Amino acid sequence: MKTNDNKQQLIIQVQNLTKQFGAFTAVDHISFDVKRGEIFGFLGANGAGKTTAMRMLCGLSYPTSGSGSVAGFDVVKEGEKIKRHIGYMSQRFSLYDDLTVQENMELFGGIYGVKSSELRHRATSMLTRLDFLSEKDTLVGSLPLGWKQKLAFVVATIHRPEIVFLDEPTGGVDPITRRQFWEMIYEASSEGTTIFVTTHYMDEAEYCNRISMMVDGKIKALDTPGNLKKKYAAASMDEVFRTLARGAQRGD
Amino acid sequence: MRDSRTMLIALLMPVVQILLFGFAISTEVNNVNVAVVVPKWDEEIRQSVNKLSSNPYITYKGVITEHDIDQQLRSGKVDAIVVFAHDFDRLMAQWKQNGNGKAAMQLIMDASNTITAQAGAGYLNNILAGDLMQSNSLVETHMLFNPQMKSAFNFVPGIMGMIFILICAMLTSVSIVREKETGTMDVLLVSPVRPLSIIFAKMVPYFALSCINLTTILLLARFVLGIPMSGNLGSIITVSLVYLLLSLALGLLISTVAKKQIVALLISAAVMLMPIVMLSGMMFPVENMPDVLKPVSAIVPARWYIDAMRKLLIQGASFNLILKDFLILVGMTLALLALALKNFKDKLE
Repeated sequence: MKTNDNKQQLIIQVQNLTKQFGAFTAVDHISFDVKRGEIFGFLGANGAGKTTAMRMLCGLSYPTSGSGSVAGFDVVKEGEKIKRHIGYMSQRFSLYDDLTVQENMELFGGIYGVKSSELRHRATSMLTRLDFLSEKDTLVGSLPLGWKQKLAFVVATIHRPEIVFLDEPTGGVDPITRRQFWEMIYEASSEGTTIFVTTHYMDEAEYCNRISMMVDGKIKALDTPGNLKKKYAAASMDEVFRTLARGAQRGD
Repeated sequence: MRDSRTMLIALLMPVVQILLFGFAISTEVNNVNVAVVVPKWDEEIRQSVNKLSSNPYITYKGVITEHDIDQQLRSGKVDAIVVFAHDFDRLMAQWKQNGNGKAAMQLIMDASNTITAQAGAGYLNNILAGDLMQSNSLVETHMLFNPQMKSAFNFVPGIMGMIFILICAMLTSVSIVREKETGTMDVLLVSPVRPLSIIFAKMVPYFALSCINLTTILLLARFVLGIPMSGNLGSIITVSLVYLLLSLALGLLISTVAKKQIVALLISAAVMLMPIVMLSGMMFPVENMPDVLKPVSAIVPARWYIDAMRKLLIQGASFNLILKDFLILVGMTLALLALALKNFKDKLE
């Protein structure tokens, strides 16, 4: 399913990426490409190896074998450089509860080396867009979960990364907030940011440009939601997922 | 750090503990085991013995012979022995008549635990002398095993050994593990900040906090408890700083092992506090430990720190005398730090 576009247009390229923990192969020779500006859904059951694969792409963990590049940098040798060009939002809420909205933005912006004048400008404009400026001095810990997640996304993109990795960003969030969250994702995508997102919600999978399905550490399918549904003669992504995940050895 | 509660605990705990151990605990005496030596029974002695045996805070252990005094005290069966004079009734009559005279009884105390010994002696004196207590020479008091009551200040080095482990190790480990738990650690790690800088940044505040604690404890010890501080202040601080680093390294090590805050807390509290209290010589002298436990106590860092602090604070030793303690602490610090960093890197991988 490899696209033969201009290499510049491929922001992620992965060949036979493998991660073993002892005798256990968490990620088993996966290969795929992600195009610049794309919303790429990375799906799979619990324990399928999504998070491990994502950690390798973020430079958090070294692959056992295989190769890949993210934003033009090698995942094996240039992990530190990758980190400077990506944003990351973990599946757990990951801002500091005991800092205010503004302080969190300043902290993470500062870590990525965004200049403070620029930072203030971006923070204000992003909060204004969310209609959240009035809450900028509120402690993050006292916000409802939906808001925290939206804020986490804002913080993950505050340094204008080329690509942002979202690890189950909408876990435990109500449908309305999820909807709003995806609007934010679309907005970022329309501005040219590549989105790499893992999710459990199959309705969300429909929002992605292309998705990959991981089962037992391997990529079982990779295509647009429409093509996948056609290929597996399914009415929804949910059905596609169940067809593919049948026979999975791992997960709960 | 907007975590004002943790901050408060970290700053107040040492003060409270120092004062608690310094004052409150010293006044509490329960169950003093007392035996008596009676050369010749008479009515006066019977009355005194009755006073002892009927007192709720005293456990009367009966009559022993003079030969048994040493053995009874050494074995710990009794805490105090009252030896009545052979002409007790005559001496007492003299006292009652004149209000002075020769000592009519001897009080022999086991002073290996100085705090209870002092309080117990005062208490027994009151009971025995009764209304004649205006004079001190009626009862002649002997403190055995520790005549100068030198260990009266022993708890201060002990507390220092404990507090720094608690604050540095526990708070550091908990705060790092908290970041792991909330996921902020992941976010920090995917950021361009180097992992070492993250660790360093986590350690600095607790190091600063502990330095404040060190100052507070030293000031309290000097001015509130009146500890001589005869050693060189520079050596005291140097050794303490090394110990602080050691505790931080220990905290880091715990944080690489523990996945949940509660686990980190348990490891620091249960696994480390117990050996410190029991094995470091803080409460029970290392020399008195069973041979099996002596090597175990040698790997408890607090033992060497407490030992060094005792020598410096109380005995006023020079740096040469604590060189061994110091080198062991430095060695342990480096080993722990290396282990913790290696572990931390491995976890990242």
